[in-house]
Amino acid sequence: MMESQLLPVRAGIVPRVAATAAAAIRDAPRAAKMRSEHLNVYYGGFRALIDISLDIPERQILAIIGPSGCGKSTFLRTLNRMHDLAPGTRIEGTILLNGEDIYGASVDPAQVRARVGMVFQRPNPFPKSIFDNVAFGPRMHRRAKGGALADLVEHSLRSAALWEEVKHKLHQWAYALSGGQQQRLCIARALAMEPDVLLMDEPASALDPIATLKIEELMQELSRRYTIVIVTHNMQQAARVAHRTAFFMANEQRAGFLVECSDTATMFTTPADKRTEDYITGRFG
Amino acid sequence: MSSASAPAARPSLALASLQRRRLTNWLMLGLIVLALAVSLVPLVAVLAYAIVNGLPGLSATLFTRLPRPVDVGAGGMANSMVGSLVIVAIAALLGTALGIAGGIYLAEYGHGKLAFLVRFFADVLSGVPSIAIGLFVYVLLVVPMHSFSALAGAVALAILMLPLVVRTSEEMLKLVPGSLREAGVALGVPRWRVVLSVLLPAAASGIITGTLLAVARIAGETAPLLFTAFGNEFWQRSLVKPIDAVPLRLFKYAIGPYDAWHTLAQSAALVLILFVLLLSIGARYYAGRNRLQRQ
Ligand SMILES: Nc1ncnc2c1ncn2[C@@H]1O[C@H](COP(=O)(O)OP(=O)(O)OP(=O)(O)O)[C@@H](O)[C@H]1O
Ligand SMILES: [Mg+2]
Repeated sequence: MMESQLLPVRAGIVPRVAATAAAAIRDAPRAAKMRSEHLNVYYGGFRALIDISLDIPERQILAIIGPSGCGKSTFLRTLNRMHDLAPGTRIEGTILLNGEDIYGASVDPAQVRARVGMVFQRPNPFPKSIFDNVAFGPRMHRRAKGGALADLVEHSLRSAALWEEVKHKLHQWAYALSGGQQQRLCIARALAMEPDVLLMDEPASALDPIATLKIEELMQELSRRYTIVIVTHNMQQAARVAHRTAFFMANEQRAGFLVECSDTATMFTTPADKRTEDYITGRFG
Repeated sequence: MSSASAPAARPSLALASLQRRRLTNWLMLGLIVLALAVSLVPLVAVLAYAIVNGLPGLSATLFTRLPRPVDVGAGGMANSMVGSLVIVAIAALLGTALGIAGGIYLAEYGHGKLAFLVRFFADVLSGVPSIAIGLFVYVLLVVPMHSFSALAGAVALAILMLPLVVRTSEEMLKLVPGSLREAGVALGVPRWRVVLSVLLPAAASGIITGTLLAVARIAGETAPLLFTAFGNEFWQRSLVKPIDAVPLRLFKYAIGPYDAWHTLAQSAALVLILFVLLLSIGARYYAGRNRLQRQ
């Protein structure tokens, strides 16, 4: 477990206290689960991302940080083909999942999204019961029904650390939950699809500190089994949960590019790039 | 600029012209209430007229008997009522199914030229005189089938309600937050299934309300039935033969020469108004109840 020794991020210099041997092993590089190669994204005529090449290591947490508008969400949404919904968005380059190009001609985007789940910035449960929210994915994909489905729902809710709070009211309206509970419900809903990768776009930005802490603990727990990519504005959060961190910036044309990507300890102690250091110490951005 | 330097120079909160403002306020309020009263007059007058004139002729035989020759005694319009129900039910089925499909298309996939055309024609269609729609269906169905029919009447009414249903379903679907669409799609569920199993249920109450109002709107239509359902003095079991409807009977009796017919027409008018009123109240009640449930 990574202790919550809060780094004095944005408060001056960033000394990283004793990266323990255990942490070193845990943070050791893993094989890439996903990989983006020379990725460019265009919104109509506007180029939002320039030549992003990045590895997403298996069963670890990759955090993406960077100033607002630098293309973090844009990058995240290329990983499960969410851009397909928006006409006028164009993608160049390659995204590999287990070595397979997810933008390949014969690939079904729905299958990609079934394997690469997503949790959004604002909790967005369906206007259905708690149970039906979690069961939605498996039902639509005809993966389980009856008792097996109930087991899957329970398991997903347990994985999302929500089971104890909702087990007596599974058939109540999901909107009756608190914001933090709704967000964990959305995580459970994504987990019920048993995805390979879980994408989270600022999953805790609408939550209070305690709910945030719960989500963070949950992410660390989940990273034993899942590959996780999280976008966050909160650098302490990145420092607390992520194994690796990628730093994005926007150039003069507002197009986003990757400044550097390294393991979190390095990033927050001895960043390779001056701009990274300036950003995490709060000198700009 | 200067206000920041001299805050003390602002006028006092006590308004010199307060008295005059109050007066103006009362005057405008009075005018608005008057306008409301004036616009309510025709509504209340029509209802009152229908009740006063229709109630005396209202009897059980109206609902149980077939039309009879005037000299034989009190006839009814049971066949017209059943005919109306049949025609309106088929029309509602057709209009709702096609209308909601159109609304889904416009709300979810409608970006290109085709969507523009559909929207444009829906708007034009809602302005076409209903008798013209009757004529169109006459050419389309009655002539090739060599017969007036409930089917032709229902198609005419369905066309009439189509634009209403299309536009309400489109608007209601567009009110569903985009985040729900994203959530569904992000689970690897095909777009059309997300539409059917998440978005449509979320928009259902609005769509149902709109559809009920559209049905209320067509239930009293006469003109589109003139050359499609045509009318009939007897029971009609077939959907492809001429059939009677309450508005048709009302029309025939109202312009007929006999006093007995006029009385029957008045009663039929009352029945029709009550039916439409009931549908509208049902729609409002449904909408209101759902709004409460949401909160
Ligand atoms: N649908 C879109 N159409 C056109 N431009 C877009 C669209 N979505 C994002 N952009 C632009 O692309 C750039 C990157 O946006 P993106 O949402 O990826 O930034 P972000 O890093 O996630 O920012 P934030 O931290 O504020 O969420 C911005 O300049 C934005 O204005
Ligand atoms: Mg974003």
